[in-house]
Amino acid sequence: MSSKPISGPHTAVSRRVDQIMWLVIKAMAPAIACGIFLFGWPALYLLATTVAAALLFEAFSLKVKGVAALPFLRDGSAIVTGLLVAMTLPPWAPWWIGVVGAAIAIVLGKHVYGGLGQNLFNPAMLARVALLISFPIEMTTWANVSPLFTGPGVIESLGITFGSLPNADAVTGATTLGYVKTEFSQGRLLPGSLLEYSGFLAFIGWERGSLGETSSLLLLAGGIWLMWQGVIKWHIPVSLLLSIVLLSSLFHLLDSQHYLGPWVHLNSGAVMLVAFYIATDYVTSPNTPLGQIIFGAGCGMLIYVIRTWGGYPEGTGFAILLMNAVTPLIDHYIRPRIYGRYRNGKPLDISNS
Amino acid sequence: MFALFENPRLRGGIHAEEHKTETSSLPIATDFPLPKKLYIPVQQHVGKPAEPLVMVGDKVLKGQLLAYSQGTISAPVHAPTSGTIVDVKDFPAPHPSALPIRTVVLESDGLEQWAELNVVEDPFQLDPEEICLRVGAAGVVGLGGAVFPSAVKLSLGRKNKIHTLLINAGECEPYLTCDDRLMQERAAEIVAGIRLMLRGMDAPKALVGIEDNKPEAFAAMREATRNLPNIVVSQVPTRYPMGWDRQMLRYLTGQEIPADGRATDIGVVVHNVATAYAVYKAVCLGQPLISRVVTVSGAALAKPQNVEVPIGTLMSEVLAYCGLDKAKMARLVMGGPMMGDALPIAEVPVVKACNGILALSHADIEEPEVQPCIRCSSCVTACPVGLLPLEMASRIKVNQLDAAVDLGLKDCISCGSCSYVCPSNIPLVHYFKFASGELVKRQQAEHKAEQTKRLIEDRNHRMERIRLEAEAEAQRAAEARAARLAAQQQAQQAKAEGTEKTAPGVAAEETA
Ligand code: SF4
Ligand code: SF4
Repeated sequence: MSSKPISGPHTAVSRRVDQIMWLVIKAMAPAIACGIFLFGWPALYLLATTVAAALLFEAFSLKVKGVAALPFLRDGSAIVTGLLVAMTLPPWAPWWIGVVGAAIAIVLGKHVYGGLGQNLFNPAMLARVALLISFPIEMTTWANVSPLFTGPGVIESLGITFGSLPNADAVTGATTLGYVKTEFSQGRLLPGSLLEYSGFLAFIGWERGSLGETSSLLLLAGGIWLMWQGVIKWHIPVSLLLSIVLLSSLFHLLDSQHYLGPWVHLNSGAVMLVAFYIATDYVTSPNTPLGQIIFGAGCGMLIYVIRTWGGYPEGTGFAILLMNAVTPLIDHYIRPRIYGRYRNGKPLDISNS
Repeated sequence: MFALFENPRLRGGIHAEEHKTETSSLPIATDFPLPKKLYIPVQQHVGKPAEPLVMVGDKVLKGQLLAYSQGTISAPVHAPTSGTIVDVKDFPAPHPSALPIRTVVLESDGLEQWAELNVVEDPFQLDPEEICLRVGAAGVVGLGGAVFPSAVKLSLGRKNKIHTLLINAGECEPYLTCDDRLMQERAAEIVAGIRLMLRGMDAPKALVGIEDNKPEAFAAMREATRNLPNIVVSQVPTRYPMGWDRQMLRYLTGQEIPADGRATDIGVVVHNVATAYAVYKAVCLGQPLISRVVTVSGAALAKPQNVEVPIGTLMSEVLAYCGLDKAKMARLVMGGPMMGDALPIAEVPVVKACNGILALSHADIEEPEVQPCIRCSSCVTACPVGLLPLEMASRIKVNQLDAAVDLGLKDCISCGSCSYVCPSNIPLVHYFKFASGELVKRQQAEHKAEQTKRLIEDRNHRMERIRLEAEAEAQRAAEARAARLAAQQQAQQAKAEGTEKTAPGVAAEETA
């Protein structure tokens, strides 16, 4: 028996960090599998490269800091970051995009701030935005859907990921959002632009887009499962999605020629991924339920605004980073009411009870 | 998960693994063998320690007063059995430090001879004051763990015109089932105790809150109160810390006690269910509080169960009775696992506050490494008070105690919910207890500094006064001398009228 003073609780711990990370990985797995199925071997290669790079950079950063790397590598947070980075990349992007993305996420996004739990910005979103600005061509070259075994073979795919693809135009096109944006700029209006858009295919994921972002269905299912498991709470996803639905419905009703409807918005780009897996990032979102609702609604609004009026049709990353930046502010002002006190901290009045 | 649909009356809290079934289905063991020696500390309650009135060598009877209460907030202690006083000395207390406190050592004679008990014909006809007096004289204190003298609470309730007596039968701590068993087996007696309390406080109604993981106890209490419309027995959700009286009150009545107030401020008094039983014994049977039901549980025991033991029994003996496997015990805890204290030794007495003795194995207390906070806000969700444990802990880590106080450190009830849920295994409560301790120390230091300052100031004042007085004295003396001199001069002048005049300058100089 030990004689040092010990504080309760004298019980085993309920759930540890690594368990949480594994639950998140499990929840994302179907969407990732779907991405690999839709975009073939190059997607798998890119994913593997990115995750491996994330782990390497994590180990490297920990080494530089002089702490034992193993317990931290085991907690799975680097894998989650690597996966998230890969999921936001165009599936046929060259390998070095994945490596640079992982480096930005892990080294700049996380360790420069002091490691796990200290970062201000979501690492995966930081990587995505940095890549988008630095390598606009690679980051907006979207492969057509070419399911596994029908698209390029195992060897050929190596060439796509690790060599350089000579003739990108042959197999690529724009994402729905990018396409609409371009059409607008050429003076065309919505109904015509969206002739070939199928809401259902977009929902299950059969469309051009990032590796792990296309299947709204699977991302949604994984997200609901995470909520059910108690890993994430409903506040951020619901407020985020709701604000997008409300805004897009409003503008769509006012002018359906120029504004996409809510269904297109929900099924496009990174919305589902962001709502359930990125905006809910513990570290970079507020701590209180009310704060989380404000945060989620803010993300949703910014996503809509950037998409609709900004220059980047795939602008979710910017929205998240902006809201990440105000999280400390939200946390400072939004605090839970303490038992027996008013919100301002004054004790309750006896007379009114 | 869907906090939106949560009852606003029920905030925070956790579902801890219950570990209650090991003991909740077994009857309370009443055949605990009488120990040879009993160690009865004179302080088993909040307030002033009792003052021993027995001497070494005295023969005492069961239930006889050993030490009388001192001051308004205090409680007496009585002899748990008949025998001889063999010592009054300092003995390790059941406290994490095991610091010795004043303890009466009683060697039992095995006869269990009762002292003459003061029994009344119809206790329900007693005056409220009389009930309070009897409860006080029997040494009844809050048995839920708070050990506040019950008579003081009752009198306070009577003075404050309370409208509700809340009987806390939450027993939300894992492992503990002593209140559960008590209600299952002795519901009628408990209800009698509640009625006496109501009378003692002139209160119109009582609410009994029982967590819904004790259906048998609930049924028994319902049955016992069937014809008593003013005692309402209700079930409350099983969620630690439901037994925090303010949480239960909020759940049952929707009322919150102001942060700077007491339950009586909103017309409520809260008592534990085991206290009600002790009140019954005190008033109806005239028996002081000399034994209690203790849950003895944990993976290191072969026979976990509830045992009725005399106050003052060494825990080691109780553990042996329940088949302790010493090799398996990794930690000994008094109370529940969430808020209880880890004890360094088992050779400490069972006291009135002791509702549980837990012999936990390594697996029970497995503690993985502490990892950095991932700001998951689980602790925020779990806190029943509405605090931000992660923020408070990060302030305390860098020694910004004032910032932690601003965040509500003083409202923390040390319930441990935050530590329990933290996935990074950060010992949050430990930080809070440490910081609270530091604050007390700092306050004491400030107090001391202030006193020193006052002493110095007093001394300076005194010196100043002495100096002023001395000056005044000197001045008076000088004036007197001057006056004398002047008179002499006048006399001389008068004498030497016509003779040579003294130089006036010299006299002037002298008086100056
Ligand atoms: S539960 Fe632990 S890891 Fe989570 S926010 Fe609180 S202190 Fe940090
Ligand atoms: S120990 Fe304090 S901070 Fe932690 S949950 Fe309990 S009341 Fe809240």
